[in-house]
Amino acid sequence: MRHHLILRVITKLLVGAMMLFAFYVQFHGDYSPGGGFQAGVIMAVAFIIYGIVFDLDHVQRVLPPWIAHKMLAIGVLLYSGTGIVSFFQGLNFLDYTAFSPHHPVHGQHYGIFAVELGVGITVTGVMVSIYYAFAGRTSEIRDEDW
Amino acid sequence: MSLEAPHNLAFSLSDHLPILQVLIPFIAAPLAVVIGNRIIAWWLAFISSVISLLIATTLLGKVIDGSVISYQIGGWAPPLGIEYRVDSLSALILFLVTLVSTIILPYAYKSINFEIPKEQHTLFYAAYLLCLTGLLGVAVTGDAFNVFVFLEISSLSTYVLIAQGSYRDKRALTAAFDYLIMGTIGATFFVIGIGFLYMATGTLNMVDMSNLIKGQESLSTVRSGFVFIVIGIGLKLAIFPLHFWLPRAYTYAPSAITAFLAATATKVAVYMLLRFMFTIFHPNFLSKISIFEYIILPLAIMAMFSASVIAVFQSDFKKLLAYSSIAQIGYILLGIGLMSETSLTAAVIHIFNHGITKAVLFMGIGAYVLQGRGSFLSDLEGIGKVMPWTSAAIVVGFLSLIGVPGTVGFISKWFLVKSALEIGWWPVAIAIVLTSLLAVIYCWRVIETIYFKPLLSKKLTAETPISMLLPIWVGALACIYFGLNTEAIMTTSQMAAKSLYAGSFGSL
Repeated sequence: MRHHLILRVITKLLVGAMMLFAFYVQFHGDYSPGGGFQAGVIMAVAFIIYGIVFDLDHVQRVLPPWIAHKMLAIGVLLYSGTGIVSFFQGLNFLDYTAFSPHHPVHGQHYGIFAVELGVGITVTGVMVSIYYAFAGRTSEIRDEDW
Repeated sequence: MSLEAPHNLAFSLSDHLPILQVLIPFIAAPLAVVIGNRIIAWWLAFISSVISLLIATTLLGKVIDGSVISYQIGGWAPPLGIEYRVDSLSALILFLVTLVSTIILPYAYKSINFEIPKEQHTLFYAAYLLCLTGLLGVAVTGDAFNVFVFLEISSLSTYVLIAQGSYRDKRALTAAFDYLIMGTIGATFFVIGIGFLYMATGTLNMVDMSNLIKGQESLSTVRSGFVFIVIGIGLKLAIFPLHFWLPRAYTYAPSAITAFLAATATKVAVYMLLRFMFTIFHPNFLSKISIFEYIILPLAIMAMFSASVIAVFQSDFKKLLAYSSIAQIGYILLGIGLMSETSLTAAVIHIFNHGITKAVLFMGIGAYVLQGRGSFLSDLEGIGKVMPWTSAAIVVGFLSLIGVPGTVGFISKWFLVKSALEIGWWPVAIAIVLTSLLAVIYCWRVIETIYFKPLLSKKLTAETPISMLLPIWVGALACIYFGLNTEAIMTTSQMAAKSLYAGSFGSL
């Protein structure tokens, strides 16, 4: 897409804002609509639009496929690890009271925070991996030959 | 969840067994991906499978006397929070799934070397662990929506695992795609059904739902919910007219996966059917809508006959076994359809028995395929002479499939015939015997081919590697052991059948 100057400039401007918005949705998710899934998708969109407008190679230099693959596993580990912390306080799986035994409501807050972060990382990894899988297929006809 | 000190303190790990049952394979899966080494991935899978087996055995020991273990996720009390609930029936299913998984993983280590490129192994084991997680989760949970979530976890990973057979045979891709379409339709129907029940009751907890459904059985929401759930599970279960995905999926999947799925996936679906039919919908409801006489029983008998007849004419050993699986599911449904305590016992025993029998047979045929032979009967002529141990194990599996005394298959068929005669339905008893004779025919065709035909000398092969032979024989010996020492399985099955027949979840 070398000839689409406007697209390229706008994308460069927007990618950063998208990521910032993703973080906002992620970390403000427990007070306002949003959370891990939405934030993960928005974060992934930032990478995907960069890949579409510039090139698959460019975006894969920023976020190599193997890191995207590890991300989906790490998010799940973060989620289940949050649950396991409760075991050490003698509580049931995913009982967030464990994070703040003297003030369980705060515990809920911290627990949701950690779990949503796990969800966000996994969703980003999944979305980006799906994009890589589709975009990585070599097409029979090049763009210029259409 | 109050401001004072936490109330549900659990100080020992044994209080967490129901969640650990699901959690251990579930954590092992992403761990395998993060580490990214195929040998470590296998060890993670194997160790978590062994630990799961130990947990399942402990749980089985705890609930064998008819008690129930309840676990509250996040410390939220049941009707609101998600409850994990283990009774004798779910403990038996957990035991079956983890036992088969522990037997099959050592077999898989060698067998997938031949079938799947090395760089895919880590992801293969991760998908396998997720499939195991899903199957265990369906059996352990006491929350209707949670069942759907775990069903999807196991189904999605199953599609991936079946498609892995494409390195050996490209038809695995279409088989996996067929299963994906049918499985998704099934899961959709299932979740629509749960939606209807949620509409009628306002709860998702199974025990609560069951209590609230009582008295509004004539409500059309409840009835259509029931229909959607039965059809949805029926697709997963491969009830006779909904079975068309099964033969191809079993034929083209990697050998270890075929053995694992044939032994566990359909059995877990039967568990879901039992749980929803008997625990959530009370048996009284079932007899009122006469689903057994007009739907389950005819379909079961049709499955027994038609699938057995189709199996007799198969030229592919794997397909033959796949059709025989559909016939065996017919036996289990027959046990459900006869609707007495004895017949339900027979159905539950047959879930377990058929599981280990089919695991042995599919591992055996997998060994033939990997030793350079195809799975067609014409490729297997005289192979009993070069691979005597594998072939002997297959014969043990066949004996159990037919139901020869001394093997597990005998007990379930005995109970089935007994329950049919108890209520005076002798034509059904004759049907069971006749279809067993059909099983003799297709088993004999294979035995004749592998033992009494002259050896094809074009490809001389040696015996199966010991690491694959051992799991096959552990399975074959389990067929004999549980056939002679029937105590444990019988007690659990009778307990499970009694509680199902009373329409409860564990407690009588």
